[in-house]
Amino acid sequence: MLEIKNLCVQLEEEDKQILKGVNLSLEAGKVHAIMGPNGSGKSTLSYVLSGKGGYEVTEGSAHLEGNDILEMEPEERAAAGLFLAFQYPVEIPGVGNMTFLRTAVNSQRKLRGEPEMSAGEFLKVVRAKAKDLKIDADMLKRPVNVGFSGGEKKRNEILQMAMLEPKMCILDETDSGLDVDAMKLVAQGVNALRDGKRTFLVITHYQRLLDHIKPDVVHIMAAGRIIKSGGPELALEVENNGYADLLEETA
Amino acid sequence: MVMDDVQVKDGVDAQTVDAVKALSGAYKYGWNTEIEMEYAPKGLSEDIVRLISSKNEEPEWMLDWRLAAYRRWLEMKEPDWAMVDYPKIDFQDQYYYARPKSMEEKPKSLDDVDPKLLETYKKLGIPLKEQALLAGVEAPEGERRVAVDAVFDSVSVGTTFQAELMNAGVIFCSISEAIREHPELVRKYLGTVVPVSDNYYATLNCAVFSDGSFVYIPPGVRCPMELSTYFRINAENTGQFERTLIIADKESYVSYLEGCTAPQRDIAQLHAAVVELVLLDDAEIKYSTVQNWYPGDENGKGGIYNFVTKRADCRGDRSKVMWTQVETGSAVTWKYPSCVLRGDDSQGEFYSIAIANNMQQADTGTKMVHLGKNTKSRIVSKGISAGKAQNTYRGLVSMHPKAKNSRNYTQCDSLLIGDKCGAHTVPYIEVKNNSSRVEHEATTSKVDDDQLFYCRSRGMGEEDAVALVVNGFCKEVLQALPMEFAMEAQALVAISLEGSVG
Repeated sequence: MLEIKNLCVQLEEEDKQILKGVNLSLEAGKVHAIMGPNGSGKSTLSYVLSGKGGYEVTEGSAHLEGNDILEMEPEERAAAGLFLAFQYPVEIPGVGNMTFLRTAVNSQRKLRGEPEMSAGEFLKVVRAKAKDLKIDADMLKRPVNVGFSGGEKKRNEILQMAMLEPKMCILDETDSGLDVDAMKLVAQGVNALRDGKRTFLVITHYQRLLDHIKPDVVHIMAAGRIIKSGGPELALEVENNGYADLLEETA
Repeated sequence: MVMDDVQVKDGVDAQTVDAVKALSGAYKYGWNTEIEMEYAPKGLSEDIVRLISSKNEEPEWMLDWRLAAYRRWLEMKEPDWAMVDYPKIDFQDQYYYARPKSMEEKPKSLDDVDPKLLETYKKLGIPLKEQALLAGVEAPEGERRVAVDAVFDSVSVGTTFQAELMNAGVIFCSISEAIREHPELVRKYLGTVVPVSDNYYATLNCAVFSDGSFVYIPPGVRCPMELSTYFRINAENTGQFERTLIIADKESYVSYLEGCTAPQRDIAQLHAAVVELVLLDDAEIKYSTVQNWYPGDENGKGGIYNFVTKRADCRGDRSKVMWTQVETGSAVTWKYPSCVLRGDDSQGEFYSIAIANNMQQADTGTKMVHLGKNTKSRIVSKGISAGKAQNTYRGLVSMHPKAKNSRNYTQCDSLLIGDKCGAHTVPYIEVKNNSSRVEHEATTSKVDDDQLFYCRSRGMGEEDAVALVVNGFCKEVLQALPMEFAMEAQALVAISLEGSVG
């Protein structure tokens, strides 16, 4: 599904290298988790994959189903099936959540040459999916993320994901700022989207999210590289011993 | 936008730039109607004033009024305090009267109107057939119909639904017709809101106005449908000077819409209108404008110079006026729809979206003059600047000594797109009593890269993302518009900003 080879990235504005040769291979239908200490480049990886400005790819490649995504505009990547659940979802004052969602769904369909979703059909689908995530009608009407609590913002990201039905989902620290109940709700939403074909890359600091979203593979990232990969047990190891041991091991 | 030396933002590929190039100058209404016209000789003189008056078959008193205004105008100076910069206008190099030849004999009904003219309005999306359509929105089962007065260059082409409105006692006709048919109303109210000597452009308008709309709503009547006037400048080198007078008698209500377009021409054209609203006790007027005159090309060539005086006089107690404007067109805009809150407990509201892109300049705002007790006013202004445009909000809130316990709330937000445009806010506040309250809030922000990226990461193109964010920014004002206009305005916001990113 997603092939990342020797990805090297630096900041556009200053000569600072953040990713120093990342290699990742995500097979369709699998859940991969990336863990790592602050500043290891996890969020940068998610931004570069989704096409945020301000970064320069100096080496390497990223292919989604064989297509070079680094050459695409962010909206083209989205239409090709890539989705990033933001760590800090952005507020858009004055734009209703529902309007935003519908514009997004239909923009993607247009880019793929598919017919638009009718207002009636959209309403039916969005209501059903919102209900599963305990998002009430009021939250659908309010402006995008404005005045949302931390939990509401993250649930809203999952709602967008459910509506856009991407092939490749990247979750950037979706658990940050959530209490246990909110995290469970978000995890349920994610698990509901696991259908054996959809692929997930879950970025997190803590093992606790992985109790709810069971990964197939766990990678440890440090200083811009994947330093170790393994099964779910690797996450537990980090939980118990911290990153220090792993970092020493590879140093 | 100057496309040759455009700074291409990082991350914008060549394809986007090409698409934007193709779109810039995408003014939708820039076409011209080929039609035989009849002009008054070029230039301005007493003879021209007399000619316009005689073309409109006006009574003596009207001609005298015009001539007095003309003599006054000769002694006045063009104001220069606004933040707009344009070449000196040669008032002798303009036509002051132009009408389609086919309008020489006044059509008795819409069926007699030149098909070419009907076709023009059809193309603009303004049907002059009496079927209720505006902006392509189908009215359900004859509900929500809109009566239209169509003004083409210097003359009114036709007014729809007149008979039906007459049944309700509502008079809706061209101002030239009103001067002939309802002189008692026109004489009583014309020039009482905007005096003849009010300002340079208004005085000019008094001398040479050729047509416009007239509305009278009798006491206790709620106008059964929305009224609208659609202005089209077609002829070259011709100024349009329209005059609108709306009188809402006691306890009456009317919602009035105004739309404007002009062909794409290289030479700038002058438009100097005067709109007067009179509100008696407990009357209410909603006045909405979508101004989309040709803005000139991306280098600032051509376009309409829009110098407009609009004022409402709430002379009745508890009367209420609401101005809503979406200003997207014109090369230069100089416009301050104002409210004189004379009656006790009267209310004035002003909602404005002013968009300036490329080389456009807008200096617009409002005046709220509180004279009566317990008067209230509210100002919500949203200014959007893109390209190399300059956008100024200029507003006056004045609380007179007798305006006890009056209140004003002003919110003035500016949004910048790119780094070559400017936004300016010039509020004047005068409070001459100690029981009134004035609040002013102002913000300036830039379209945020994070917002654009968020939208794009969900599949929206860059221009769509800008349109979405800007429409969100303008929402409070868009909501104040009647439904059909709100949809048109929303689309217009997107079109006006095409080419503003990248």
